[in-house]
This record gives sequence, C-alpha cells and structure tokens, in this order.
Amino acid sequence: MKRFAALIDRLIYTRSRNSKLALIVDYLRHTPDPDRGWAIAALTESLDFPAVKAGTVRRLLATRVDEELFRLSRHFVGDTAETAALLWPDAPRAKAELSVSAAVDALAAASRSDAPAIVASLLDRLDADGRYALLKLALGGMRVGVSARLAKQAFAQAFDVPVDDVEELWHAIPPPYAPLFAWGEGRTERPDLKDVAFFRPFMLAHPLEEESVDLADYAAEWKWDGIRVQIVHGGGETRIYSRGGEEISGAFPELVAAFDQDAVIDGELLVRGEVQGGEAASFNALQQRLGRKVVSKKMLADYPAFVRVYDLLAVDDDDLRGQPWTERRRQLEAFVPRLAASHFDLSQVIDATDFDDLAERRAGARDAAIEGVMLKRRDAPYVAGRRAGLWYKWKRDPLTADCVMMYAQRGNGRRASFYSDYTFGCWSEAGELLPVGKAYSGFTDEELKWLDKFVRDNTLNRFGPVREVEKSLVLEVAFDSIHSSKRHKSGLAMRFPRISRIRRDKPAEEADRIATLQAMVT
Amino acid sequence: MAKAKTWIEPHSSGIYVKPADLWIDPSRPVERAAVTHGHADHARSGHGAVFATPETLAIMALRYGVDAEASHNQAFVYGDGFERGGVRFSFHPAGHVLGSAQILMEYRGERIVVTGDYKRRADPTCAPFEVVPCDIFVTEATFGLPVFRHPPTGYEIAKLIGAVRAEPDRSVLVGAYALGKAQRVIAELRGAGWDAPIYIHGALEKMCQLYAVHGVDLGELRLVSETDKAEMAGQIVLAPPSALNDRWSRRLPDPVTAMASGWMRVRQRARQRMVELPLVISDHADWDELTTTISEVNPKESWITHGSEDGLLRWCELHQRKARALHLVGRDLEEEA
Ligand SMILES: [Zn+2]
Ligand SMILES: [Zn+2]
Repeated sequence: MKRFAALIDRLIYTRSRNSKLALIVDYLRHTPDPDRGWAIAALTESLDFPAVKAGTVRRLLATRVDEELFRLSRHFVGDTAETAALLWPDAPRAKAELSVSAAVDALAAASRSDAPAIVASLLDRLDADGRYALLKLALGGMRVGVSARLAKQAFAQAFDVPVDDVEELWHAIPPPYAPLFAWGEGRTERPDLKDVAFFRPFMLAHPLEEESVDLADYAAEWKWDGIRVQIVHGGGETRIYSRGGEEISGAFPELVAAFDQDAVIDGELLVRGEVQGGEAASFNALQQRLGRKVVSKKMLADYPAFVRVYDLLAVDDDDLRGQPWTERRRQLEAFVPRLAASHFDLSQVIDATDFDDLAERRAGARDAAIEGVMLKRRDAPYVAGRRAGLWYKWKRDPLTADCVMMYAQRGNGRRASFYSDYTFGCWSEAGELLPVGKAYSGFTDEELKWLDKFVRDNTLNRFGPVREVEKSLVLEVAFDSIHSSKRHKSGLAMRFPRISRIRRDKPAEEADRIATLQAMVT
Repeated sequence: MAKAKTWIEPHSSGIYVKPADLWIDPSRPVERAAVTHGHADHARSGHGAVFATPETLAIMALRYGVDAEASHNQAFVYGDGFERGGVRFSFHPAGHVLGSAQILMEYRGERIVVTGDYKRRADPTCAPFEVVPCDIFVTEATFGLPVFRHPPTGYEIAKLIGAVRAEPDRSVLVGAYALGKAQRVIAELRGAGWDAPIYIHGALEKMCQLYAVHGVDLGELRLVSETDKAEMAGQIVLAPPSALNDRWSRRLPDPVTAMASGWMRVRQRARQRMVELPLVISDHADWDELTTTISEVNPKESWITHGSEDGLLRWCELHQRKARALHLVGRDLEEEA
C-alpha cells in the first residue's frame, strides 16, 4: 500500500499529463501482480465494493473519534475519506506492510454487517497516507485526473506494446488484468477475446487540407454533431463505448436493450429533438443525457436517444475491419434493417455529382445536427487511429463574431502565471455589454504574452482569481455553432469558441450586437 | 484573589487590561500595547507606546516603521517585565518565531497567560516554548482540529531535498511566509546539511538579514533578481506565497511549486493553491501540541482564540476543562500558518 499511496499522492499534485503518465509507467513496471492491476483499476474508478460506502466509514469513525470533532473536521476538510484518514488514530507500533491486493480481497469479501470491522482492521495497519489510499480505493472518487485512456497509454508505454492492442484487450479482461500484464511482459501470447464484448479502437479522421478530392475515390457522408459511439454485442451482452473506450452503457439503457444483434457498429449517438420534428437535435440536447448514472423515465421520454450508424466492424462472428469501406458499407446497408428502426438508422451517403456539388451542399446544410462532411476512402480498411489519406473531416466553416474582452482568469499548469482564459461579450440593444462566451485557445505564445500584459495593464477590478478589464479590446472569436441558453444573461452559448484574431484596430463600440449572434442560432 | 473578569476584558479588537490601561495585540492603534510577536495580525503601527521583546521591536521597526529606539517603547528580554497599575507583566518564550513571547500578567494573586501564537516542536530560529503555570490560559487554536497533526519537520525537509535532487534541471520554489517560516525552512535545510546557496525573493531579504543580526545563521543567501536563470537549476528558491504563481516565477528554470504551511496537511487545500509539493511545516501548534499544552499548563480556565475555537472547545468539554471562546477580529492570517 505504501507505493500505491505514494503514487496517488504524486498524481494529486501533478498537473501535467506527461508527468502523470511517467509516474504510472514507473509504477506499472516496478510493482508486482496483482497489486499493480488493482491499483490501476482503482485509479480509473473500475472497482466497486457494495458493502463499503461513505456511511460505513462515518459510522466506524464514530466508534473512535468524538462525533462532534468528526463533524467539525469533515466540514473543514470537505471529504469523508480524507477526514477519516487523518483522524484515525495511528497504530501504536508498525505492522507488516499491507498489500493492495490483500486490501482488495478483504474489502471484496466484506458483507454489510462485518464491513466496519474489516475496514477498521485495515486502517489499523496503515499510516495517514496509506489510510487515505485505502479509503479512496474502497469508496471511489479518487479524483487524480487519470482517465482510462491515460492508463492504457501508460500500460503501452511501460511494456512497449501497441496502444491499439491495449485498447482492445483492456475492456475484455477484468481487474487485476493478470493476462494483460503477462502478455505485456512477453510471458504469454496475446489473450483470446472470443465471446467478449470488447472495445475496438476507433478509426479517426484528419481535417481536410487538400483543395479537393476525387469522389470516385472517396465516399461522402454528413458529419453529425453528437457523440461517436461503438456498440458491441458479444458473449451475450451489449456494451456502449465512447471515444476513449470508456463504457457509457449505463447512461443509455434503451439502446443497450434495443441492440440485440451479434455485431459491432460504429455510429453517432444523437437525441431526437421536438423542434426539429423528430429529427436529430443539437448537441445541447444530448448533453442532458451524458454523464448520468441513473436515467429517469422523464429523461428517456424528453430526450430519446438513437444511433445513426455509419460503419460495421463485425457481424455474426465475422471481423470486417480488414475489408474495404465499399464492402463494409454493402454489409452495413444489409444489416441495419435487422435493428429496431426506433433506435437505429443508417447514415446516408451524400450522392454529390462532384466535389463542387458537395461543397455547395455542405455550405447549404442548415441542419442543427450537421457539423460538416466526412470523406472516406472507398478502398480503405477500418484501421485504428488517424492514418494519412484515409478519412477526412471537412467541417463547416466556423462562424465568427467580434466580441469585447470583459474578464480574464489565470490558466492552469504551464499557464498558471498567465491570464489566459477570457470572457467576452457583445452589445445589447440597450448598449450594455453581455457575456456570450469564454475562450482559452486559438492564440500563439506571443499573442498570449500580449494579452496577459493587456489584462494586467487594464485591470478594473479583482474578484479572487478573476480580473475585470477595461472594455476596450476587440477579439474576433470563431465558434462551431451557437445555441440558445438560459444559463447566460445574453441567452446565448457558443460551441468550441476560440480566439481567431486580436483586433487591436477595431474600436470596442464597433463589436457585434447580440442580435447579430441571435441570427446565427441553430 | 481578584476575579479575572473584573480586570481583564476580551474585546473583538484585542485584550484590554483595565488596571494598567493597556491592550495586548490590539488590531487598532491604542495608547499602550503589549505585543506578543511581529506578525501583522498581532503587531501593527500607530500605537503610543509598545512593550515587547527586543526582537519583536526590531521586527516592528523593520516592517511597520515603529521607532524601536524611542523612549516610550520598551524592550524586555525573556523572563523580564514591568509593572503598571498594580499588574506585573512579563515575557516568556512562545517558540513561534524570533522574539515571540507569551505574556504573563499577575494581579492580586491571579495569573493570566496570553500565548499569542506558539508551537512546541524544536525550531532552530527561536527559543523554545516555556510552560508557565497560570489560572487563565489564553491560547491560540489555529490548528484546533484533530485532523491537524504535523509530521516531524525532518521528514518534510527530507522530502524537499529529495524533490530537488530528483529533478536537477528544475528549481524547487518554496512558498514560505516572509517572517519566521522562510528563515526556519532555511535553518532547517542547513541543519539537514544543505550547504548550497539558497535563492530568495527580494521580499525576504531584509527579514533574513534581521535574523542573521540576531544570531540565526542562515548560510549563503542569493537574490533571485541578481542570479542567472540557469544557475538556479537543481537549487532551492524561497519566495512569499503570493509570488508562487505570479509573473515573478518566470525567472526560474521550470520551477516545482512547493509550499511550507500547516494547511498543506489537507490535500484539497494544497491543490487549490496549485501546489505540486506540499510541505507540512508550521509555526503553530498542531492538535496534539495544543491539547498537551493545556494539560501541562493545567489552568483553571482556558480562553480560546484565533482559529478553530470550536474544536478545541469541544476537547476541553470532553476532558472536563472549563473553557470559552474569544472572538477576536482580524486574526485570520492564513499565510503565516
Ligand atoms: Zn504569528
Ligand atoms: Zn497569529
């Protein structure tokens, strides 16, 4: 537990992604099985001990520490696990080291009735840092900024194996991942994944930079503004994975229930919108459904989800990924009718006559759920990651608006000493500046230095980390789309806003009006 | 025996000693002030006459322009004191920072001790806390919750040295309060064998010099402003906490941000401060020190101020000790903890 506790401690305070990666790589290389497997599962929130909950820990603490002192301490610290770790009395003398796996075994074996005694005996064997690690492992909520994606990258880097393989195997093997480590260290063959609903790494697209492509070589489809998902049915169960290979089945139970075919599909998860007369709604609507553990009936009714399918990776035990797009498309078109039409439809190929025709249709697309166009090489197999020349995304030209900087805030990590997050606004009819968005990208290092100096030299007020600035600087802001939002006083919310230009030449009075932005709302 | 309540009055702005017409650590200018130590929440400018230890007077001269030589201000070494209005005042080491004192008052057979801020563990930069028996013990409670148990100082210093050695291309920038904490961290580093020059922010320079004049050896210190960036790789740099994420830190080679404070015990607190290397080093008593001190002093009554009063009050209740909380204002100087 000492090494694990030290790892968590370092991860909590380390802000850079690369440093986090290096810490995990080192841990995986130098920690034996099964501890390292349990540790990585704990970091990625993949463990659950139903008998051990925050209430168990609170009740247990009441037997060792005065309740009032616990309440005051908990209030100050703000976290039950940390409060308990700090308050638990140190054991009179050092005990033998407690391994992560011994702790996991004990917690897993606990029942509701003996959980307090089991947790107590574990806490008695640890120091304050160890107790914190144990309680976080038991209760979850680690909050150390380690995603499943980062963990998989660390694994690939630690054992010098392709990250695509790790992606595939990861979800197929339960913690503590012993066969995965055995393979990583070259002790065994790659584990066999038959009969498991495992995740296949996505094929990704490059932004289109060419002037044009020949539509004889490339098929065109709409690019939808939802979230990319993979639905896998295997070994009798259905799982939904999002981009990073995170499982999101829990948030979309109706799709899990409706997908009853032995197949693996790639598609866009969308929500049907009332306004669009049952067509796909904007990303905003979809956000209501994301990140929810429990989905209410009302949610299901108000924001019905469906998947617009655009690729078929496997069907009836046949892996199609080696086949060209044309063949996969043929099989996909034959396959989609096997799915419930209420929850699945086929993403149509755009039948443009040539590239100019396609460009025209792209420019004219007004559907809220359309983000642009995808171009897919007809003879290309389905390969993991971003490969040159196979898939392109050709987004609609970003919208822009001239806005006035209103507030600035310091950034994180490397940017901690710079004011790098800007809130900007546009003019209301009444001549008042109302915030319309916030951006922290799009500028060069040189421009950042200039902006930082502007903020410092033009500060009107300070509110904690935020500075209000003189309303004199015009920023040209680019964004993908703009929506109505009750959250902002302006009634507007931008999607992916970034600073495209600093308009030192433009007087603030000439920045855009709210009404101009309202006209761009989709 | 006199009844304390008849001759000593706690006010939100300080403690008033009636027969002597004198205030202890007042937060507003008064005619006569006895001052426990030089931190801004205890010492301030504008008093008619100041009674304090020579070191505290020197610190007040440096920080607030108080004229330490003026005849109306009086300095007393530890153990020494004065009498006024029938009250005998004396100064006793508090172990908090250079010159910090507990003030003992004796009046008609009753003894009251005001601790100011204090700690019990060893500190190479100041005299150790002395247990002074009394009837009423007015104690601070900055860390008056049982979650605060400071680890051994040597352990934290080793952590700091380990971090510098682990990344020789980077400097470690330690945020440390300019009076007391900074000098203590430096002295502890020297004690642990760190002989290299230690680099400091300009705001620390004068106080370090003052410590040196008072016999605290801090070894070689260099100003960051007069040093090449490259020279500070693999070295320790000290700055006041406010400079940690400031533009100033861009002069350092890829600094690891550390902070020396008792608050660093709590992870979320450390994260909020954007700290990468929290060092739990405090000049205030932790929970065990606070409760042990009350037991050792064993007063008839404890008055608790300056921090988590509720926690310590609860402890007194559980141990059947008479106690009350004083609610003094302007005593929330988080940075120095
Ligand atoms: Zn103090
Ligand atoms: Zn204080």
